[in-house]
Amino acid sequence: MSLLNWIDSRFPLTETWNKHIAEYYAPKNFNFFYFFGSLAMLCLVLQIVTGIFLTMHYKPDAEMAFASVEYIMRDVPGGWFIRYMHSTGASMFFIVIYLHMFRGLIYGSFKGPRELVWLIGMLIYLALMAEAFMGYLLPWGQMSFWGAQVIINLFNTIPYIGDVVSTTIRGDFVISDPTLNRFFAFHVVAVPLILVGLVFVHIVALHTVGSNNPDGVEIKKLKDEKGIPLDGIAFHPYYTVKDIVGVVVFLIVFFFIVFFMPEGGGYFIEHANFEPANALKTPEHIAPVWYFTPFYTVLRAVPDPWYGTLAMFAAIAVLFVLPWLDKNPIKSVRYRNKAHLINLAWFSVTFIVLGVLGVMAVTDGLKELGTRGTQIYFLFFAVTYVHSRPRQVNYLMWFVILLVSVLFWDLLRYDSSFTDNQSSLFWQMLLIPVAYLATTLLLPHFVGAANEEKEVPTRVTG
Amino acid sequence: MKLNSFKLLLAAAFLSLAVAPAAYSAAEKEPNLDANVDVSDKVSLARGAKYYANFCMGCHSLEFSRYNRVATDLGLTEADIKPLIFTRDDDDNIHKPGALMVNALRTKDAIRWFGIAPPDLTVIARSRGGGDWLYSYFKGFYKDDSRPFGVNNLYFPNVGMPHVLQELQGLQQREVDADGNPTSTLTILEPGKLSVGEYDQVAKDLTNFLVYVGEPAQLHRTFYGILTLLFLLVLLVLSYLLKKEFWKDIH
Ligand code: HEC
Ligand code: HEM
Repeated sequence: MSLLNWIDSRFPLTETWNKHIAEYYAPKNFNFFYFFGSLAMLCLVLQIVTGIFLTMHYKPDAEMAFASVEYIMRDVPGGWFIRYMHSTGASMFFIVIYLHMFRGLIYGSFKGPRELVWLIGMLIYLALMAEAFMGYLLPWGQMSFWGAQVIINLFNTIPYIGDVVSTTIRGDFVISDPTLNRFFAFHVVAVPLILVGLVFVHIVALHTVGSNNPDGVEIKKLKDEKGIPLDGIAFHPYYTVKDIVGVVVFLIVFFFIVFFMPEGGGYFIEHANFEPANALKTPEHIAPVWYFTPFYTVLRAVPDPWYGTLAMFAAIAVLFVLPWLDKNPIKSVRYRNKAHLINLAWFSVTFIVLGVLGVMAVTDGLKELGTRGTQIYFLFFAVTYVHSRPRQVNYLMWFVILLVSVLFWDLLRYDSSFTDNQSSLFWQMLLIPVAYLATTLLLPHFVGAANEEKEVPTRVTG
Repeated sequence: MKLNSFKLLLAAAFLSLAVAPAAYSAAEKEPNLDANVDVSDKVSLARGAKYYANFCMGCHSLEFSRYNRVATDLGLTEADIKPLIFTRDDDDNIHKPGALMVNALRTKDAIRWFGIAPPDLTVIARSRGGGDWLYSYFKGFYKDDSRPFGVNNLYFPNVGMPHVLQELQGLQQREVDADGNPTSTLTILEPGKLSVGEYDQVAKDLTNFLVYVGEPAQLHRTFYGILTLLFLLVLLVLSYLLKKEFWKDIH
């Protein structure tokens, strides 16, 4: 122990350990959804470690990149294992992150006092998307190339400075060797550093305010004489041993994919990416990797490229302001009114539908569905705001306001050049936003039971 | 009540997966034949390698693969594989077994002859999403006098490759229906050296071989996978018991 004393008088080792692990008191009622924070950290470590080994053999050169990845797959001992862990890890990372964010959404973890934890989380999400986007260019396959082409061209649509911006991103007028080089630099050094830094800040901020829980009860309000929350248990050993179980289950799923279906059915590694990048041959169907597809559908839902780009970024940006939209003091969905639960259900379904649409080739029906999904996606935030004060709010007024804004949007996009099929789809699917607004706004207005909030207990349940 | 959110998530997932494809109709394409790929059939792989060396290697390299790796994976010795090496290095010596399986075809010549360079086929089975398309393609050539090489392909319309296996398969023709529209039925017009069944086996051997070459690791990875999962299952039991033991006193 003298070594520990020696260190402790020079660096707060024991203090830090206690503050963040041994004497960090977490609510005792964490459920399934609370595994995903520690799993996200595991993913980050996995990506960094496997990434370092890939970097030892990968060549960031347009002439050699594709071949070097195949070299890793064949000639490097264990290379295929490292690469599959990295490619599977990228998709699993997003699955984990989406579930982690969904948890925050349903239990109101983004609300005060945890707004900063949410904001930092959103920055992590942005950085993660940048990381994955740039990583996907590296194998230099057809989808690497054309996926990057589609996304970088979005910047072209910015008025006046679009060309300059996209040329700066590419480092050339077309995607080529300099693009690959700078993406490599960002992918292996810059963004991972930012990610690690942000994750650190995320945890420090969380440990300052304390964890939320499925009941949305602030455990710090009730403490025993020693200042320990009555509903709190020490992170270590209780949650360390619990998280280990989560880690093992995660690894079972993870390694099942790595060893038995490393292409993830063509979604984790796209088939077309086994064809080397070819600037002269546009693939018939360009689909981004699955984790970007909800936003890709939003982009395609708006016919004008510049407004589409704005809509796509807005779809991510609104998530940042969620803490200031939902002012309802009740955090957890468990004690909110039924209309809120219905609203969340619509949102989850919409997000997944938008994601599925993003990997499919567009048809009239899918395009209209994508547009309607995009409308619901944005309406969700307005309705969330409306649900902040369910007792006082005028649901009818908001129903009219939001319905009018949908109709206004439709008016802008309704085009006399619509074919019969398109206009009949247009009218049929108008039912979707109407049904959405009816179930989230009219229902609580007319059916008292759907507007009733339950009393939040003072202690956590279960 | 406790599982509410979990149910919500599950319901969302199911609903959306049900809703989205309902509106989806796939583009019309010839459905692939079933190749019944079996990469554990080493004898078939070895025959496939031999056909590949004899009929394909002159045009299509396997530039990420090495001769000796193929030999080891297929249970052949270097002596077995030597007769299959026809390609030469820069000094015009026959390639050593450790060499990459490149060929001497120059892109410029190829474009002059075929209008397009024959692509490298190392990972063709992966970019085509498995072996079924390859198998169909090998069986899909039919007579079409409007094409430069006199053949077309049901699964690769207007393909730029001659039917190099015609000597084995013979020449097929595409049946037309009562209105004179082409159907997807192919019948033998001029028989080749092999019966239909024998040719199917050749197509299958080539398919198996190309699927294997696309990802040599697939021969071993399931073995490691089973070991890893068994280990993790034991770990799961232990970690669960550990958790239970610690959580005994939490109510
Ligand atoms: C005389 C040269 C030549 C020979 C020999 C040859 N091919 Fe080809 N092959 C071509 C050309 C040229 C193409 C490109 C066709 C196109 O893109 O239109 C092609 C295309 C292909 C494709 C489709 C690739 C893609 O783009 O998806 C496959 C598969 C293929 N060949 C397999 C074989 C196999 C197997 C053999 C041996 C049995 C073989 N080829 C022998 C010239 C050849
Ligand atoms: C933080 C999360 C990370 C994510 C989400 C991520 C994602 C990806 C993705 C999607 C690919 C392409 C997948 C494929 O191989 O087909 C990739 C490739 C690659 N990544 Fe990462 N990565 C991460 C971190 C890192 C780090 C930290 C390094 C290096 C220090 C790294 C190094 C590489 C290299 C060298 C490649 C190219 C090799 C290959 O394509 O297999 N990555 N990454």
